[in-house]
Amino acid sequence: MPATRNLTAKTRLFAALTILSNVAGNSFLTRGMQQLGDIGNSPFALIGALFHPWVALGVVLLIVWTLSHMALLSWADLSYVMPVTAISYVVTAFAGRLFLGENVSLARWTGIVLVTAGVTLVGRTAASSSLMEGKPQ
Amino acid sequence: MKWLLVLMVICATTVGDVFRSLGMRQHGEIHDFRPGAIGSAFGMVARNSYVIISTCAMAVSFFSFMKLVSIAPMTFAVPMSAAAFIPETLLARVLLKEAVDWRRWTGVSLILIGVVFISQ
Repeated sequence: MPATRNLTAKTRLFAALTILSNVAGNSFLTRGMQQLGDIGNSPFALIGALFHPWVALGVVLLIVWTLSHMALLSWADLSYVMPVTAISYVVTAFAGRLFLGENVSLARWTGIVLVTAGVTLVGRTAASSSLMEGKPQ
Repeated sequence: MKWLLVLMVICATTVGDVFRSLGMRQHGEIHDFRPGAIGSAFGMVARNSYVIISTCAMAVSFFSFMKLVSIAPMTFAVPMSAAAFIPETLLARVLLKEAVDWRRWTGVSLILIGVVFISQ
Protein backbone atom coordinates (compact mmCIF):
# COMPACT_ATOMS: atom_id res chain seq x y z
CA MET A 1 0.00 0.00 0.00
CA PRO A 2 1.65 3.26 -1.10
CA ALA A 3 -0.16 5.32 1.58
CA THR A 4 1.32 3.15 4.34
CA ARG A 5 4.75 3.30 2.71
CA ASN A 6 4.60 7.12 2.51
CA LEU A 7 3.56 7.29 6.15
CA THR A 8 6.49 5.03 7.12
CA ALA A 9 8.96 7.20 5.18
CA LYS A 10 7.48 10.38 6.68
CA THR A 11 7.59 8.87 10.18
CA ARG A 12 11.27 7.90 9.76
CA LEU A 13 12.20 11.34 8.42
CA PHE A 14 10.48 13.20 11.25
CA ALA A 15 11.72 10.76 13.89
CA ALA A 16 15.30 11.40 12.65
CA LEU A 17 14.78 15.18 12.74
CA THR A 18 13.24 14.94 16.25
CA ILE A 19 16.13 12.80 17.53
CA LEU A 20 18.96 14.90 16.04
CA SER A 21 17.54 18.27 17.09
CA ASN A 22 16.95 16.86 20.58
CA VAL A 23 20.49 15.52 20.97
CA ALA A 24 22.17 18.65 19.58
CA GLY A 25 19.82 20.99 21.49
CA ASN A 26 20.36 19.22 24.82
CA SER A 27 24.14 19.04 24.32
CA PHE A 28 24.47 22.77 23.67
CA LEU A 29 22.08 23.55 26.53
CA THR A 30 24.00 21.36 28.99
CA ARG A 31 27.31 22.85 27.90
CA GLY A 32 25.97 26.37 28.47
CA MET A 33 24.39 25.54 31.83
CA GLN A 34 27.59 23.89 33.05
CA GLN A 35 29.55 27.02 32.12
CA LEU A 36 27.06 29.13 34.08
CA GLY A 37 27.06 26.88 37.17
CA ASP A 38 24.35 27.14 39.86
CA ILE A 39 22.26 30.14 38.89
CA GLY A 40 19.94 30.20 41.93
CA ASN A 41 16.16 29.91 41.96
CA SER A 42 15.03 33.23 40.55
CA PRO A 43 13.06 33.04 37.28
CA PHE A 44 14.97 36.13 36.12
CA ALA A 45 18.24 34.20 36.44
CA LEU A 46 16.75 31.40 34.31
CA ILE A 47 15.61 33.90 31.67
CA GLY A 48 19.02 35.58 31.83
CA ALA A 49 20.66 32.20 31.16
CA LEU A 50 18.83 32.10 27.81
CA PHE A 51 21.18 34.84 26.57
CA HIS A 52 24.27 32.68 27.03
CA PRO A 53 25.35 31.72 23.45
CA TRP A 54 25.41 27.93 23.97
CA VAL A 55 22.11 28.04 25.84
CA ALA A 56 20.57 30.18 23.05
CA LEU A 57 21.73 27.76 20.33
CA GLY A 58 20.37 24.87 22.39
CA VAL A 59 17.01 26.61 22.73
CA VAL A 60 16.76 27.23 18.94
CA LEU A 61 17.41 23.53 18.30
CA LEU A 62 14.86 22.59 20.95
CA ILE A 63 12.29 24.73 19.09
CA VAL A 64 13.06 22.65 15.95
CA TRP A 65 12.63 19.56 18.15
CA THR A 66 9.24 20.85 19.42
CA LEU A 67 7.90 21.48 15.90
CA SER A 68 9.07 18.15 14.44
CA HIS A 69 7.81 16.28 17.52
CA MET A 70 4.41 17.97 17.16
CA ALA A 71 4.22 17.10 13.45
CA LEU A 72 5.15 13.47 14.24
CA LEU A 73 2.44 13.23 16.91
CA SER A 74 -0.16 14.47 14.39
CA TRP A 75 -0.14 10.97 12.84
CA ALA A 76 1.90 8.65 15.09
CA ASP A 77 1.08 7.20 18.54
CA LEU A 78 2.68 8.70 21.66
CA SER A 79 3.53 5.16 22.83
CA TYR A 80 5.44 4.74 19.53
CA VAL A 81 7.10 8.17 19.26
CA MET A 82 8.32 8.29 22.87
CA PRO A 83 10.28 5.00 22.89
CA VAL A 84 11.52 5.30 19.29
CA THR A 85 12.97 8.78 19.88
CA ALA A 86 14.72 7.35 22.98
CA ILE A 87 17.49 6.26 20.58
CA SER A 88 18.68 9.82 21.28
CA TYR A 89 20.28 8.44 24.48
CA VAL A 90 22.45 6.19 22.29
CA VAL A 91 23.23 9.02 19.84
CA THR A 92 24.24 11.21 22.82
CA ALA A 93 26.62 8.51 24.11
CA PHE A 94 28.27 8.19 20.66
CA ALA A 95 28.39 11.97 20.23
CA GLY A 96 30.18 12.21 23.60
CA ARG A 97 32.76 9.70 22.40
CA LEU A 98 33.17 11.36 19.01
CA PHE A 99 33.24 15.06 19.97
CA LEU A 100 34.31 15.07 23.62
CA GLY A 101 36.55 12.00 23.53
CA GLU A 102 34.51 10.49 26.38
CA ASN A 103 35.24 6.90 27.22
CA VAL A 104 32.40 4.43 26.54
CA SER A 105 32.53 2.14 29.56
CA LEU A 106 31.22 -1.42 29.73
CA ALA A 107 28.16 -0.13 31.61
CA ARG A 108 27.51 2.37 28.82
CA TRP A 109 27.86 -0.28 26.12
CA THR A 110 25.36 -2.44 28.05
CA GLY A 111 22.96 0.52 28.14
CA ILE A 112 23.46 1.18 24.42
CA VAL A 113 22.60 -2.45 23.60
CA LEU A 114 19.52 -2.42 25.88
CA VAL A 115 18.15 0.89 24.56
CA THR A 116 18.78 -0.15 20.93
CA ALA A 117 16.97 -3.46 21.54
CA GLY A 118 14.02 -1.63 23.11
CA VAL A 119 13.80 0.90 20.29
CA THR A 120 14.04 -1.85 17.65
CA LEU A 121 11.22 -3.76 19.33
CA VAL A 122 8.90 -0.73 19.43
CA GLY A 123 10.00 0.29 15.91
CA ARG A 124 8.56 -2.99 14.65
CA THR A 125 5.03 -1.98 15.69
CA ALA A 126 2.91 0.18 13.37
CA ALA A 127 3.42 3.89 14.12
CA SER A 128 -0.33 4.50 14.36
CA SER A 129 -2.90 2.43 16.28
CA SER A 130 -5.55 3.18 13.65
CA LEU A 131 -3.28 1.64 10.98
CA MET A 132 -2.65 -1.40 13.18
CA GLU A 133 -6.36 -2.05 13.41
CA GLY A 134 -6.64 -1.68 9.64
CA LYS A 135 -8.79 1.44 9.78
CA PRO A 136 -8.32 3.96 6.97
CA GLN A 137 -5.99 6.78 7.99
CA MET B 1 15.04 20.23 46.26
CA LYS B 2 16.54 17.56 43.99
CA TRP B 3 13.58 15.19 44.39
CA LEU B 4 11.03 17.97 44.06
CA LEU B 5 12.62 18.89 40.72
CA VAL B 6 12.56 15.24 39.61
CA LEU B 7 8.85 15.06 40.43
CA MET B 8 8.22 18.33 38.57
CA VAL B 9 10.13 17.12 35.49
CA ILE B 10 8.27 13.78 35.38
CA CYS B 11 4.79 15.27 35.92
CA ALA B 12 5.30 18.19 33.54
CA THR B 13 6.81 16.00 30.79
CA THR B 14 3.94 13.53 31.07
CA VAL B 15 1.26 16.25 30.94
CA GLY B 16 3.15 17.97 28.10
CA ASP B 17 3.46 14.86 25.92
CA VAL B 18 -0.05 13.53 26.52
CA PHE B 19 -1.71 16.88 25.83
CA ARG B 20 0.51 17.48 22.79
CA SER B 21 -0.60 14.12 21.44
CA LEU B 22 -4.28 14.94 22.16
CA GLY B 23 -3.99 18.34 20.49
CA MET B 24 -2.13 17.13 17.41
CA ARG B 25 -4.54 14.24 16.98
CA GLN B 26 -7.42 16.72 17.13
CA HIS B 27 -5.70 18.75 14.40
CA GLY B 28 -5.15 15.67 12.26
CA GLU B 29 -2.24 14.42 10.19
CA ILE B 30 0.00 17.14 8.76
CA HIS B 31 0.33 16.45 5.00
CA ASP B 32 1.50 19.68 3.47
CA PHE B 33 5.05 20.79 4.23
CA ARG B 34 5.25 23.90 2.05
CA PRO B 35 6.25 26.94 4.18
CA GLY B 36 2.83 28.64 3.88
CA ALA B 37 0.95 25.49 4.80
CA ILE B 38 3.26 24.84 7.77
CA GLY B 39 2.66 28.43 8.90
CA SER B 40 -1.11 28.07 8.77
CA ALA B 41 -1.02 24.66 10.46
CA PHE B 42 1.12 26.17 13.21
CA GLY B 43 -1.35 29.06 13.56
CA MET B 44 -4.24 26.60 14.00
CA VAL B 45 -2.32 24.39 16.41
CA ALA B 46 -1.22 27.41 18.51
CA ARG B 47 -4.91 28.12 19.23
CA ASN B 48 -5.68 24.53 20.27
CA SER B 49 -6.28 24.46 24.05
CA TYR B 50 -4.60 21.05 24.48
CA VAL B 51 -1.51 22.34 22.68
CA ILE B 52 -1.49 25.49 24.85
CA ILE B 53 -1.63 23.38 28.06
CA SER B 54 1.07 21.11 26.60
CA THR B 55 3.37 24.04 25.79
CA CYS B 56 3.02 25.46 29.33
CA ALA B 57 3.77 22.02 30.81
CA MET B 58 6.78 21.61 28.49
CA ALA B 59 8.10 24.99 29.65
CA VAL B 60 7.80 23.86 33.30
CA SER B 61 9.54 20.58 32.39
CA PHE B 62 12.29 22.44 30.50
CA PHE B 63 13.09 24.93 33.28
CA SER B 64 12.88 22.25 35.99
CA PHE B 65 15.29 20.07 34.02
CA MET B 66 17.67 23.01 33.44
CA LYS B 67 17.64 23.66 37.19
CA LEU B 68 18.08 19.96 37.97
CA VAL B 69 21.17 19.55 35.77
CA SER B 70 22.68 22.65 37.37
CA ILE B 71 22.47 21.13 40.88
CA ALA B 72 22.63 17.35 40.26
CA PRO B 73 24.90 15.17 38.12
CA MET B 74 23.66 14.02 34.70
CA THR B 75 23.99 10.39 35.89
CA PHE B 76 21.09 11.21 38.22
CA ALA B 77 19.08 13.74 36.20
CA VAL B 78 18.88 11.81 32.91
CA PRO B 79 17.56 8.41 34.11
CA MET B 80 15.23 10.09 36.62
CA SER B 81 13.64 12.20 33.86
CA ALA B 82 13.35 9.11 31.65
CA ALA B 83 11.05 7.62 34.31
CA ALA B 84 8.30 9.74 32.67
CA PHE B 85 8.11 6.91 30.10
CA ILE B 86 6.10 4.82 32.57
CA PRO B 87 3.19 7.22 33.28
CA GLU B 88 3.22 8.28 29.61
CA THR B 89 2.86 4.73 28.31
CA LEU B 90 0.09 4.05 30.86
CA LEU B 91 -1.79 7.20 29.84
CA ALA B 92 -1.27 6.43 26.14
CA ARG B 93 -3.07 3.14 26.75
CA VAL B 94 -5.81 4.41 29.08
CA LEU B 95 -6.47 7.97 27.94
CA LEU B 96 -5.33 8.01 24.30
CA LYS B 97 -6.62 4.44 23.71
CA GLU B 98 -3.47 3.46 21.83
CA ALA B 99 -2.73 -0.19 21.07
CA VAL B 100 0.11 -0.67 23.60
CA ASP B 101 1.05 -4.31 23.00
CA TRP B 102 3.74 -6.44 24.71
CA ARG B 103 6.41 -5.16 22.26
CA ARG B 104 5.85 -1.56 23.32
CA TRP B 105 5.87 -2.42 27.05
CA THR B 106 8.97 -4.61 26.72
CA GLY B 107 10.65 -1.94 24.58
CA VAL B 108 9.95 0.79 27.15
CA SER B 109 11.26 -1.46 29.97
CA LEU B 110 14.49 -2.26 28.06
CA ILE B 111 14.98 1.44 27.29
CA LEU B 112 14.52 2.46 30.95
CA ILE B 113 17.06 -0.11 32.20
CA GLY B 114 19.36 0.89 29.33
CA VAL B 115 19.15 4.60 30.19
CA VAL B 116 20.28 3.85 33.76
CA PHE B 117 23.37 2.02 32.38
CA ILE B 118 24.12 4.66 29.72
CA SER B 119 24.01 7.45 32.30
CA GLN B 120 26.67 5.83 34.53
